[in-house]
Formats: sequence, C-alpha cells, structure tokens
Amino acid sequence: MLIDKYKDEISDILSRYPVKRSALLPLLYVAQRDQGYVSEPAMKEIARVLDLTPPQVYETITFYTMFHLKPVGKFHIQVCKSLMCALVGSDTLIAWISAKLGIDPGESTADGLFTLSAVECLAACGTGPMMQINDDYFERLTEEKVDRILADLRTTGTSPLKSGPFMWPDRVPVKGET
Amino acid sequence: MPQHELVLLKNMMQPGYTGTLADYEKTGGYQALRKTLGKIAPADVTATVRKSGLRGRGGAGFPTGVKWGFLPKDYQGPRYLCCNADESEPGTFKDRQLMERDPHQVLEGIVLACYAIGAESAYIYIRGEMVLGSKILERAIGEARVAGYIGRNILGTGVNVDVRIHRGAGAYICGEETALLESLEGKRGLPRVKPPFPATHGLYNKPTVVNNVETLANLPQIINRGAEWFAAIGSPPKSTGTRVFCVSGHVKRPGNYELPMGVTFRELVYEHAGGMRSDKPMKAFIPGGASAPFLTPNHLDVKLDFESVAATGSMLGSGGVTVMEEGTSMVWAALRLIEFFYHESCGKCSPCREGSSWLVQTMRRIVAKRGRMQDLETLSDLCKNIAGRTVCAFGDAEVAPIMSTLQHWRQEYVTLIREAEAANLIRPEAVGKH
Repeated sequence: MLIDKYKDEISDILSRYPVKRSALLPLLYVAQRDQGYVSEPAMKEIARVLDLTPPQVYETITFYTMFHLKPVGKFHIQVCKSLMCALVGSDTLIAWISAKLGIDPGESTADGLFTLSAVECLAACGTGPMMQINDDYFERLTEEKVDRILADLRTTGTSPLKSGPFMWPDRVPVKGET
Repeated sequence: MPQHELVLLKNMMQPGYTGTLADYEKTGGYQALRKTLGKIAPADVTATVRKSGLRGRGGAGFPTGVKWGFLPKDYQGPRYLCCNADESEPGTFKDRQLMERDPHQVLEGIVLACYAIGAESAYIYIRGEMVLGSKILERAIGEARVAGYIGRNILGTGVNVDVRIHRGAGAYICGEETALLESLEGKRGLPRVKPPFPATHGLYNKPTVVNNVETLANLPQIINRGAEWFAAIGSPPKSTGTRVFCVSGHVKRPGNYELPMGVTFRELVYEHAGGMRSDKPMKAFIPGGASAPFLTPNHLDVKLDFESVAATGSMLGSGGVTVMEEGTSMVWAALRLIEFFYHESCGKCSPCREGSSWLVQTMRRIVAKRGRMQDLETLSDLCKNIAGRTVCAFGDAEVAPIMSTLQHWRQEYVTLIREAEAANLIRPEAVGKH
C-alpha cells in the first residue's frame, strides 16, 4: 500500500492544499515513481485517500500524457518532434535511435531497458534536437552524442551528457561546443 | 552588435553566479521585499506596477497591474496567486532559464505579487517535464523559508506568504489560465467558460491571479528602480520593459536574448542570434510562439512590441521566434504545427476537437501528394469555423499556421496538389466522392 510505504510524503502532499482533490496529480506521481506506472490498485487506493471515485481518478489520469497506465522501459526516451526541433533534424535523430534500438516510436526493447517515444515540444527549442530520458534533458544532440548517451545508460544507468540549468547562449562560449 | 541593458538575465550572466540565496542577496536580492512589506501599502504596489506598464509575458500581454486591480477589494476569504510556469508554447524556453538560473528572482516577485493582492498562498504550476526546474525552485523555496522571506511573519512584518510547487503532467492546455486552475484542483485541464474570470472565481472559486514567470520576475526591479525607470524601457507607452526573446530554427546562435521591446526582428535575428546558419536566405519566421501566424522577411523591420506585431496580423505572444530558411516547405511546417495542436486539443469544444483532426488529415493528404484543389477551400472553411468558436484562445492558435501559410505561400500548396494530379495519384472519378 502506498499510504504505508510513503506515509510522511503523502501527508506532506495533503497538507499543501485546502482541497483534497488537488493532491491527485502529486499522488499519481508517487505511485508512478513506485512502480514505474500507475496500476489500477494504485488508482483505487488514491481514490480512497482523496475521497474520490475510481472513475474520477481514471478520467483525470487519462488526460495527462506523463502518466503511464502500462509499464514502460527502464529508460523512457522521449524525442521532441515539434516543428522547432524538426527544423534542426529531429526526424533524422528519431530514425537513428529507432535503428540503434531496433524499435519504432511507441515501442520498447525486448529487454525492457528502453522505450522510445516521439513527443511534442519540451521547451528546449533553442537547443534542439533534444530528448528527455526519464527526468533528464539532453540537448544539442548529434548522432555521436546519442550513441554515447545510450552506451552510458547501458553501463552506468546515467549519463554525464545530461543538461544542467539552462544557459544558452552562454556569455563565454564553451570550448568544443559548436 | 547593439548592446542593451539586461534586466532579468543580468544576475545570471555574471561569471560564477549560481542562483543560490547568497548569490541573489549579493546582487541586491530581496531588497524590494524589505522595502515594500509593511512599508508600502499593497494598493500602492499595484499602482506602481500599473504605472510601470508591465504587461503579461505569457502570451496575451494583459496589463499586470490592471489584472490585479480586478480582485474584489472587500472580499474577506482567501485569495490565491498562481505562477504560470507551464511553459509549453512551441518556440518558447525563457521561463525555464529564469527558474533554473535565478529562482530567487522569481520567488521575490511571487511574494511581492502576493503582498499586493493580499494572497497568503501561492502555487507555482510548473510543467511536469521540467523536473530539474522544480527541484531548483524547491531548494530555493527552502532557502527563502529559512531566511524568513517566505512563510509566516515575513521579515517580522506580519505578512504571511506560503509558496508551493505543483507539477503539471504534460498537457499544453494547462498553460491557459483557467485550465491551469482546473488542473491544480486535480481535474482534467479543461478551460473554463468566462466570465466569471479568475479574479473573482479562480482557484477553489476564490479570487485568484495567474501570472507568468517572466512577468513576476520583473517585479523586484520595478519596485527597486521605480515605475518610471521601467516605463522608459522599450516602446512606451504600451510595450514597456524588456522581453526574453527565444530564438530557434535556422540561425547561427539560437537561444535566449533579453532585449528592450521595440527592437526589430532584423536586429534580433541577424545581430544577436548571428543570422542565418548557412548561405540560404530567410524564408519565413514565427514571431511569438506556435500560436502566432507566420511572417515573411518583408516583416523583418517590424518592431518587437505588442502593437507593431499585432499590426502585421500576427502577435508577439510568448516571444518565441522561430526562423526558417529558404528550402523549408511551408506546408510541411504548418503540418508539423497542426499536428502539435491536434495532439494538444483538450477536447472540450467540438470545433477545435473535431476541426483539428480534419485539419491534420487534410494537411497530411496534401503533403503526401494526395491532395485535391478543393482541399484548399476545405482548409479555409475549417479554419473559419474553428477560430473564435471555442471557449479559449486555442482555437485561434491552431488555425494560425494554416491561415498564414495559405496567405503567404498558397502557391506551395497548389504546387503539391498539382504534382499529385500530374502523378495521377488520385483517380479523377474518385474526386468529389469523399
């Protein structure tokens, strides 16, 4: 049960809002972090905690793209395909990743490691093409950079190429950055 | 390159500036709060903001002080401030920089706004994907709480303001202020029918102000340096202050450039963003995010202020400028944007929900060279029946790419259709039977 496992966190979340239902999205995030997706039992439990009906939870969760109703790969690769990134090569990049992983957008690798999605704008248009993998942004991508990121993820589970706080253009150009 | 004084990006452009509380205080951070709380009447703060001419930086450009003034004066119950950090307009990435690099500047603005409108509770609605930004803000709130800038009895003045972060979950429409409120209430993010406006019936049906991150970030300096100082920047009297313009697309140096309103697109693109990335000339640009109609190089000398861009039939919007070089298919570009809008339509209003689907199908057909001449009429017809017939401005936004490309580059549509006809990909007998 989420409520037992995350007692303090859940009561902290509930304390932030004068109306219980506002805690719905934050609690769904807790559930998703726990299991990698939001399961039906989790939805029912959250409904109970917030005095909602399960359909009220379901109608809300299905509106938001960031919640998964089914398990996704350990690394969820979301490549931006909106116009701004498409102008600077996101289609080629998606094809590249697709070929590397042997899956189409919307699919997961057989080992359950990667899920690939082509998504709409992630607010990094000046540093495209870009992608988000789980919580991290990766920007100004090239095919070589993507290869390194995928290799890093396979070996260490993270990659030093992820973005820090946004700064572009920097006052001092970074060496090696093109 | 013409140099302009930085206002919002000034701190973060200093070498070594990391955006911690200590850094922010060293640059005069939270002085506006010290100056204001308990010393200047809330109504006078609103008057100062009104006098500064500050207008909303999210897209609509509504005067901030006027918006605050709509809150009922005699209402005794709780009021709310929502900071709109759901930055999702394609082409826009300024709020992300403001939050990630100088979070305290945003927080000080939030507390000042809360003081002015009498709110004790503020929510920062940040787009769900911006995990880093929400962590940075969370840390900054913690620092500010310990230092007594946020929380109960701020700086011993008896003023209480609590600031909470609320993460969205991947819905563009939640940047629309009433959809944001619905989402914050734990529901599907469907825009509300207005009136009533959030000023009287907002979050939990209480008086509420929703302001964009960049709008709020301007407040500390308006208080510190005065309304007259701010009102003199840019294109007074209607477009005052700076904007953080986001440049993307086929330029040498895409990125954020803070410039006073009123500089030209030419200066932004060719001086600051380094001009076109190759020897191909510019073909088109979008002046203010995906919702703004496309413009042509003939519009390069238009000034980047609300009125000048509006006079071209487009809008300054969120300040996201996307540049396209010669060789870019405008029909394809419009398709990419309508695909975005189709994906993001919330589904509340039939013209937008159904219309965006038909627009995508028709556009895909034309791009795939399976179009027919009458598709052009269908497109215009659909656009006319979507714009202005929806609860929120999304309907107007989704038709903008198609209407404007049809206006400026109709020949490209015609060429694609002629090629389809020439390739005999559509059987004449099938035409008209769909």
